[in-house]
Amino acid sequence: MSVRDPRADAIRRVFPPVRGVQEVPGAEIPTYRVDKTVLPQFARFLKEEPQLDCKLLLDVCGVDWLGRREPRFEVVYHLYSLNLGHRFRLKVPVREDDALVPSVYSVWKAADWFEREVFDLFGIRFEGHPNLKRILCHPSFQGHALRKDYDPGQRWLLREGEQDEPAWAQERGEDEDHAESQVLNLGPSHPATHGTLRAILRLQGEVITEADTEIGYLHRCFEKMSESHTWNQVIPYTDRLNYCSAMINGVGYALAVEKLLGVEAPPRAQVIRLILSELSRVMDHIVDIGANLNDLGAMTPFLYIYQAREEIYSVLEACCGARLTMSYVRVGGLAIDAPEGFADSVRWLLKRIPPLVEDMEKLITSNRIFRQRTEGIGKLSAEEAIDWGWTGPCLRACGVSYDVRKAHPYLGYESYDFKVPISHAGDTYARYLVRVEEIRQSLRIVEQALARLEPGPVIVDDHRVALPTKEKVYTEMESLIWHFKLIMEGMNVPAGETYGFTEGANGELGYYVVSDGGGKPYRLKVRPPCFAIFQAYPHMLRGHMISDAVAILGSLNIIAGELDR
Amino acid sequence: MRQRAEAPPFVPTRDAPGKRDEAAVRPDEEQVFLTTRLEGLIDKARKNSLWPFPFGTACCAIEFMSVMMSHYDLSRFGAEVVRFSPRQSDLLIVAGTVTDKMAPVMVRIYEQMAEPKYVISMGACACTGGFYRAYHVVQGIDEFIPVDVYVPGCPPTPEALLKGVLRLQEMIERGETHYQRAAGQARAAAKGEGQ
Repeated sequence: MSVRDPRADAIRRVFPPVRGVQEVPGAEIPTYRVDKTVLPQFARFLKEEPQLDCKLLLDVCGVDWLGRREPRFEVVYHLYSLNLGHRFRLKVPVREDDALVPSVYSVWKAADWFEREVFDLFGIRFEGHPNLKRILCHPSFQGHALRKDYDPGQRWLLREGEQDEPAWAQERGEDEDHAESQVLNLGPSHPATHGTLRAILRLQGEVITEADTEIGYLHRCFEKMSESHTWNQVIPYTDRLNYCSAMINGVGYALAVEKLLGVEAPPRAQVIRLILSELSRVMDHIVDIGANLNDLGAMTPFLYIYQAREEIYSVLEACCGARLTMSYVRVGGLAIDAPEGFADSVRWLLKRIPPLVEDMEKLITSNRIFRQRTEGIGKLSAEEAIDWGWTGPCLRACGVSYDVRKAHPYLGYESYDFKVPISHAGDTYARYLVRVEEIRQSLRIVEQALARLEPGPVIVDDHRVALPTKEKVYTEMESLIWHFKLIMEGMNVPAGETYGFTEGANGELGYYVVSDGGGKPYRLKVRPPCFAIFQAYPHMLRGHMISDAVAILGSLNIIAGELDR
Repeated sequence: MRQRAEAPPFVPTRDAPGKRDEAAVRPDEEQVFLTTRLEGLIDKARKNSLWPFPFGTACCAIEFMSVMMSHYDLSRFGAEVVRFSPRQSDLLIVAGTVTDKMAPVMVRIYEQMAEPKYVISMGACACTGGFYRAYHVVQGIDEFIPVDVYVPGCPPTPEALLKGVLRLQEMIERGETHYQRAAGQARAAAKGEGQ
């Protein structure tokens, strides 16, 4: 940020360095080192000052600098202004013997689960948090897993009867007529919880009066694993975050690391990345819509539209050999070139998918039962959605047209003609409509991208980043050495940090990458879009019928792999 | 058009008239026998009517969906009735990573299933923990429950899961599943006690 930036001036005026707010020079986005005593006031100032307007809290994460820096911990906040389109990063240093930070839950509700996660994985406590307990690891877990001195293989067993229950679920509930209310456990293995989510509901008849959720049933330690793998070895792990649209995750990660490295993928790789990302978005929306309908009792549309997914799978399989978890991206480009006839097979998809979507739409969009079960159900206003940290189709269904592809284009999205569909109702039906329209827009983008598919290399020609070809490895000594070093040590990414963000199928997918200059990430934090979305779920349920709980859950598109990591 | 081969004429073996079993006589006075073990007959029926419980936790669950959908269609092999209630199903398909937090749930579901019950472990994570060698991941579900068929892959292709189900069917017919072996041992032990 330049010296004359009015935003920096405004911050300096109200929060001068003597009050504990210091600008960190030379950062990619304005970064401030904030003393924890002024954190709540500074956070409120950033949110409410019209010039700054940081209404959206994207991410809270911890970093452990064991033996490298003093104080040992750092809590990092990422903020975004939807109106002004700028980002801020706050860093709060925390001492190990005094690991207590004031909570910003009163400023942004989105901080709720993010702070719990930092507590769970780093043991940093948040003063004033309403419900500070473990969120990803199970209650019998000892220690804090993402601390650098925690052994990655150290497991703790959870036995039956030790699971966590909310306090209210153990009390007997009786209203003034002595009618007893019932506590219902939904999940973690339930046909409507698609994977591993758990909701605990208190019912008065069929109406939900209180709700709570528990997650972490699929916490596979992605962030800990990434710290012990080289930069390219992390890519298969990213595929398994949002496994319904694996390609988008890999692209987001590669873009973030490329930003740190200062390289850019060649044009052909970018176009292929974009085509496959958009097809993945289509696939993701198909699963979400289909599964949502399935939960509502409409199996047939799922059978129709799932065929589109199978057709896309065949194209993905031709590219990289895998149907679902592709591992096709590499830092600096792609693993291999797309096969012969790639453009033709994608062109065929463009003909094949629209009729299938149309078939499904004919069955559903004006279906009376579907509309009665979804219109006005799970309604959230735009302000609330922003407060909870929502992004993606769910936020756009509330009437906020924030799409990373438009607001901060990457992969050349600025040169494509597409629209960002929004709806104003904010209910389950609106989320369905937005997704269906996004399928159409994605196909439009793919069509335009096909015209730009030129022959060329698919990975950068840079021996620091990309593996040399086999031919060179066998004939040149230098290539052999680089090949060996890249495989054994990994590429050396310059020390630094970056926050890379892309539009995932569920919303803004962010990667906060910290490198210490070595061959492995020092810290890699994913900002999963559904994490923020799902924390609002129990609050949306109150007053709804129990069958609505299923309808709302399906429409939010919660992917456990991304939620729990 | 292909003509169906003519069935060979049925030639019954006639025993001495005094030994005739009235129950095993056709209306036309011809005598027919079918001798088999009762378990063998029942197993034959069981293997062709598996009711899977999809314990889907992660990516493999999406491939499981593909297996159930029209393209691959598991119902061709007699296993289309997916039940989400453990009481109504006899085949537990664990599809996806099982974490330490999820393990007690999985064990509970396995225990709730009525016998006979079989388990297919789908995918690298369920089989061995996969590449998640980490603090919160079960390193193979056989730490907790007996597994009959392991289907490798990350995730396995639908064809691989179909193969796994077919393999399980063979095992059921031959009495090789964990449940059948345990039941056989229990019977033998009971016989030993009786003598």
